[in-house]
Amino acid sequence: MDPSVFFFWVFAAITVVGALGVITMRQPLHSALFLLLTFLAVAGLFILQHAEFLAAVQVLVYAGGIMVLFLFTIMLVNVRRQAKEPFVNRRAGIAVLAGFFLFLLVGGVLTGPALVKKGPPADPAALKTTVIENSTARVVVPGNSEAVAWGLYRDYLLPFEVASVFLLVAMIGAVVLGKRSLEKFD
Amino acid sequence: MPFPVSDLILIVPELFLTAVALGLLIYATVVSREKEGAIAWMALAALVLTGVLLFVPFSSVTSLPQIGFAGMFAVDKFSLFFKILILAAAAVTILFSLRFIGSSPYPGGEYYCLILLTTVGMLFMVSGVHLVSIYIALELMALSQYVLAGYFKQETKSIEAAAKYFVLGAFSSGVLLYGLSLVYGAARTLTLTGVAQALAASPKAPLFILGIILVACGLFFKIASAPFHVWAPDVYEGAPTPIAAFFAVGPKLAAYAIFARIFYSGFGPGSADWTVIVAASAALTMVVGNVGALMQENVKRLLGYSSIGHAGYALMGFLGYGTDFGLPALMIYLASYALMTLGAFGLVVMLETKGYAGESVDDFNGLARKNPTAAAAMLVFLLSLTGIPPTVGFIGKYYLFTSAMKAGWFWLALLGVLMSAVSLFYYFRIVRAMYLVDGEGELRWKEEPAVSAAVIACLAGTLLFGILPQPLVSWAKACLLN
Repeated sequence: MDPSVFFFWVFAAITVVGALGVITMRQPLHSALFLLLTFLAVAGLFILQHAEFLAAVQVLVYAGGIMVLFLFTIMLVNVRRQAKEPFVNRRAGIAVLAGFFLFLLVGGVLTGPALVKKGPPADPAALKTTVIENSTARVVVPGNSEAVAWGLYRDYLLPFEVASVFLLVAMIGAVVLGKRSLEKFD
Repeated sequence: MPFPVSDLILIVPELFLTAVALGLLIYATVVSREKEGAIAWMALAALVLTGVLLFVPFSSVTSLPQIGFAGMFAVDKFSLFFKILILAAAAVTILFSLRFIGSSPYPGGEYYCLILLTTVGMLFMVSGVHLVSIYIALELMALSQYVLAGYFKQETKSIEAAAKYFVLGAFSSGVLLYGLSLVYGAARTLTLTGVAQALAASPKAPLFILGIILVACGLFFKIASAPFHVWAPDVYEGAPTPIAAFFAVGPKLAAYAIFARIFYSGFGPGSADWTVIVAASAALTMVVGNVGALMQENVKRLLGYSSIGHAGYALMGFLGYGTDFGLPALMIYLASYALMTLGAFGLVVMLETKGYAGESVDDFNGLARKNPTAAAAMLVFLLSLTGIPPTVGFIGKYYLFTSAMKAGWFWLALLGVLMSAVSLFYYFRIVRAMYLVDGEGELRWKEEPAVSAAVIACLAGTLLFGILPQPLVSWAKACLLN
């Protein structure tokens, strides 16, 4: 078997198991950890599709930032004692029906006649390089992370730097408005 | 092709001001509360020096406009005109703030740092020739302002002002961004010149029309023109008074500048149908602002409504698109508006003691008897706001109304004159309080050298350009968009 196909099945299986774990665990903390597993497996799927940058962002933003936010919230509200609700939601029937409908819809789109005209199948070699064109230059770079970097740090350098000042202002504002005491030297 | 390092010289003034703002933030952590005035003076010096540095990019380029940073940032005389006015408004705000912040329980370091950073955002805005660089700069400006509006965080009014400004500002940013994204979708480019070319090729594309309407709505919010004006009186009332003065001038200057840039260089060449939207908003704004001001008891709210009315007059300047008198009229008017509005707010600052006391029209009672000079100065600013010669307000309105008439909007100019007559009523309520009513008890009045100096500068400009408008007029005409 082609190793990429093998790894696809491995990551796909982990994704599904993780997603099932998220909705079946009683402890919110366990659910959150299964969500983390799902995020990481999806990042693996992205790498198999040569979307390295998307994979890195998936790990940094979702598995990193968003997960920390989840865990903080769970820690702060301390939900350990609130696990007495029924395992199956009362509206489970409607949910199953909606899920089945969605399954039919997605399946129909994937297997049925094409709604949009399909292009030729992607060339795996072409996916590994990206062509950046602007008014002044045409560059062929080896991957999509490089393409993002060229765009972000050359063409969009100025807005990028202004955005960094913008985030700093957000931080100053949060400190100024959130600080409890008015006296700086108490 | 690597990033051209030589482009950095184009943003020397902005880089310098950002560096000073961050330096002051660090300095504020080591300086004691009593010596925070030094931060204000340093910020003021930085603004003056930035004004000098504005000329550095010009010495480095051979032809104007010089576009740098892959089509993001333009150095041209149009941006220079607005940058000088914005820096002057920020400097006046800092002079207003010295005692206001010094005698309040709130720290000064972050305050002056945020004023400088919002100024940086405005400077980047007026130089933006790319939808992304314009939008990000606008957000930098706006975010700093939300914090400044709520800076007096123990005052409910200040918090209310910040909350309203933030929620409505975020909403309008969303509208603006949606409009920009539709324009991007239709034009497939983000540079204003590219948008102009794409729009010339397909002027009636529905995406463009919807995008232009939404962009106009987003910018109408920033200049507080009807029907997107509701936030202005509340925010001016609740924000610390020096900040309210700044809000009435600085962000509006920057917003008018990018309105002119986006609509003249981006949307203009393809189709000038947008003038209809601008005319409708101008008419509505003049009526809403001037009629709303009639009923105000609070001077800051009154000036807020009056600034809405003035936004309506100023919008008339855009109607002269395609002719060569609309834009200079707008620029002359904005310069005059900045002078007289800052001056009037300066006198409110002096009248206020602690918190928000001294803001109602009645607090001006008997000012002419207690302090004839201050009353006379206020009289000049109010005459100028009404548009009566020999003040700069008359010159501004004269150019605006004639430009609207030349562009074929006769009824709108007539409405403007009519509304100026209405504005006489509420401006003269303050005059009546100062000259004809005897104030009971002691008048709250703090003589402050810094505020006085700023007010005198505004007064000198108001009278000087009112009598000798030629330098201002020729400067504005020399600084048009290329």
